[in-house]
Amino acid sequence: MSALLQLHKISKTFADRTVLDNVSLALAPGEIISLLGPSGCGKSTLLRIAAGLDPHFAGELERNPLLDFGNNSGLGVVYQEPRLMPWLTVAENIGFADGRKADSKWIRQLLRDVGLEGRGSALPKELSGGMAQRVAIARGLYGRPQVLLLDEPFSAVDAFTRMKLQDLIIALAAQYDISVLLVTHDLDESVYLSDRVIILGGTPSRIVAELAVPLAQPRDRRAAELALLKGEALTALYQQPIDQYGIRK
Amino acid sequence: MTSQAQPAARPATVWRPARHLLRFTPVGLVLPGVLLAVLELAVSSGWILGHLMPAPSELLMTFRELAAGPLWLHIAASAQRVLLGFTVGAGLAILLGTLVGMNRRLEAWLDPSFQALRAVPGLAWVPLLLIWLGIDETSKITLIAIGSFFPVYMNMVAGVCNVDRKLVEVGSQLGFSQSTLMRRIMVPAALPYLMTGLRNGLSMAWLCVVAAELLAATEGIGYLLTDGREVSRPDLVLAAIITLALMGKLTDSLLKHAEGRLLGWRDSFNSEDRP
Repeated sequence: MSALLQLHKISKTFADRTVLDNVSLALAPGEIISLLGPSGCGKSTLLRIAAGLDPHFAGELERNPLLDFGNNSGLGVVYQEPRLMPWLTVAENIGFADGRKADSKWIRQLLRDVGLEGRGSALPKELSGGMAQRVAIARGLYGRPQVLLLDEPFSAVDAFTRMKLQDLIIALAAQYDISVLLVTHDLDESVYLSDRVIILGGTPSRIVAELAVPLAQPRDRRAAELALLKGEALTALYQQPIDQYGIRK
Repeated sequence: MTSQAQPAARPATVWRPARHLLRFTPVGLVLPGVLLAVLELAVSSGWILGHLMPAPSELLMTFRELAAGPLWLHIAASAQRVLLGFTVGAGLAILLGTLVGMNRRLEAWLDPSFQALRAVPGLAWVPLLLIWLGIDETSKITLIAIGSFFPVYMNMVAGVCNVDRKLVEVGSQLGFSQSTLMRRIMVPAALPYLMTGLRNGLSMAWLCVVAAELLAATEGIGYLLTDGREVSRPDLVLAAIITLALMGKLTDSLLKHAEGRLLGWRDSFNSEDRP
């Protein structure tokens, strides 16, 4: 099976600071991958590169031609903040890519999928943080993407909302047969959601470990296997060498 | 949208009706009313000379006399000039403001010149406009356009520069072109600034129309002012001033109403739904 999205030896330098060094990964169809790492390790930068939002990097980004085939946009992005246009209604935000020519039937379906049926005419200011992020997810799905890129999408909501949104993502990814690349700093989230956890660490960041999570969805958050994997991930994160200040690189 | 719903549809609370009464009671009319009454008394009892300061009742007569005759003609002439000049000035300002706000290089080329021109008081253009364009309509409308251009331009540039980069990124990710970004994200996001600019520009337009009509006109509210001075009739001058106040307030209210409708999406302190 050929990968939908492939990053070959990506390096990225800001001014004179290298944040990413030789990072390679491949996203297969139907796969959910988490990029896990401490804040500032460049994982969001990597996602921006994968999304095509940052063309200034060394290495190679390979998009499967399938992504650009037909009338879908191939890639959907959900950001850390909802980033809704405050002057548009929920429905208009979901169909933002097409403006007035948006497919209202599809929008209604997406509203139902994210549990916001009947709220299409609400304005973003009337939504809670969790609801706004649901709208952002629906907008990410509007272009019928094959790949969904998520940039710490649940970091700004409370723990209960976060669990609900995680389950929503799993359900939607299965329903629409979408591959997911998720950036997160939440250990629980990464092992609960993904098939593979890729751990970034060091300065500059490189891949320090890769964990497979061979558990079928839906998973039980309390499963012992998840706790075990979490332990492994922690070990990988803490196996970084310590610098002269006693800080893990 | 829903935020514009009628007040009656809101859940009633104990203090809300009192608040609404307060909002719709014209408390703003109390001060002018008292002043007018005092003035009437002062003139009729001879404390103030009637030929310098006409009594309100006399002013009312002047208004009635004007309303039967040329007042509407003057209002129409001035309003037409304001509308034309403001449309041209504000239209150019929106276009240039958006371009300059979006494009750093264009800003470096154009903005210093605009800033220098902005420093010139609008009325300083009058002699030049009279020499170049003569004393007919063109020079008046050009003056109004210049006057209303800068407030709109300044606010539009500020508005576009302040658009959230994160919202723009959403558009870039969707593959929007520059012009689509401008239309779909920049202009709507800059709308709060634009409305402020338009209202400032409109008041500048009224200022300029009076200036233009004071100098050379045969009709218009500014002409009414000159006429009143030449025939030494303060009542005419006062009638013109009151007409200006009313017209300025009326057109500003129209814009304010449009602002309320267009910007209902804002989640700000002053929005409709505040407690």
